Amino acid sequence: MARKWKAKRKAEVPTASMADVAFLLIVFFMLTAVFTTTQGLRFRFPKDDPTNLNVQPEEAVHIKIIGEGQFVVDRVAMTIEEMGGYIQSKMSQNPDKPVIIQTLPDVPYFVMVDVFDLLKQLEVKNVSIPTESEIERWRQLGVMD
Amino acid sequence: MDLRKQLHTVPPSVPTASMADIAFLLIIFFMLTTSFSPERTSVQLPESLIQMKVTDQAAIIAITRDEQIRFTSGEEDSVLLSGPEELGLIVKEIIGLVPSKEFVVKADRNVRYEAIDKVLETLRSNGANRIGLLTRPERKVVPAKE
Repeated sequence: MARKWKAKRKAEVPTASMADVAFLLIVFFMLTAVFTTTQGLRFRFPKDDPTNLNVQPEEAVHIKIIGEGQFVVDRVAMTIEEMGGYIQSKMSQNPDKPVIIQTLPDVPYFVMVDVFDLLKQLEVKNVSIPTESEIERWRQLGVMD
Repeated sequence: MDLRKQLHTVPPSVPTASMADIAFLLIIFFMLTTSFSPERTSVQLPESLIQMKVTDQAAIIAITRDEQIRFTSGEEDSVLLSGPEELGLIVKEIIGLVPSKEFVVKADRNVRYEAIDKVLETLRSNGANRIGLLTRPERKVVPAKE
């Protein structure tokens, strides 16, 4: 009797819970996935050599960021749109003209990124982001006020 | 031929046999596309229209809103640093081993520029010259038609 009952059952692998397990794993991977942002703006520092000035500040366009939306370009106060036009006209005269971005310490970082982004959009090749100590050195050399 | 009788012989069922196949396909997709970043500090990145690809093996310097600095060379998890001086020592060591190493600054958009300047000065004075500033893509503002 018992033998007869056994013979009735078919041999099978239980796959009903497979989908549950798989979806659980999917949810885990979806929640733990960190979408890395490895995009941004790139630049290079010139070789650190105190005797050699890589940028000639007196020939460059000098952008001074003094606050959010407040820019002084070659000693003239401008808005970001005016600055774009000014840089564009300078670039059409001399595409290799260096542009120096000086940012005051209390200005939020994104303002500087906005300006850097604008220069990259205008395809300015020679962008210089001097640090405070470099600007100090230029002041001492008398090439920047 | 009794059609009604024949119809009743097929029991109603949802086909679930392919469900596991679909699910496993999705798992494989997520496993392959997930990249575990060693730098997971939450910062609000500044936006930019220009987006350049930064090297995957770059070292990442994260600067949070309250000007804390975290660093990872790109392999192990990021660690909190005491300040730019400690960063300087690490950068010097890395540049000694890999002179062309790229350093990426992942800073909060509202952090004071002074904190960025200190980090850039530390990088520059310790011989790093390939620098990246992480940004997120800016949505283009389409001017409204008049």
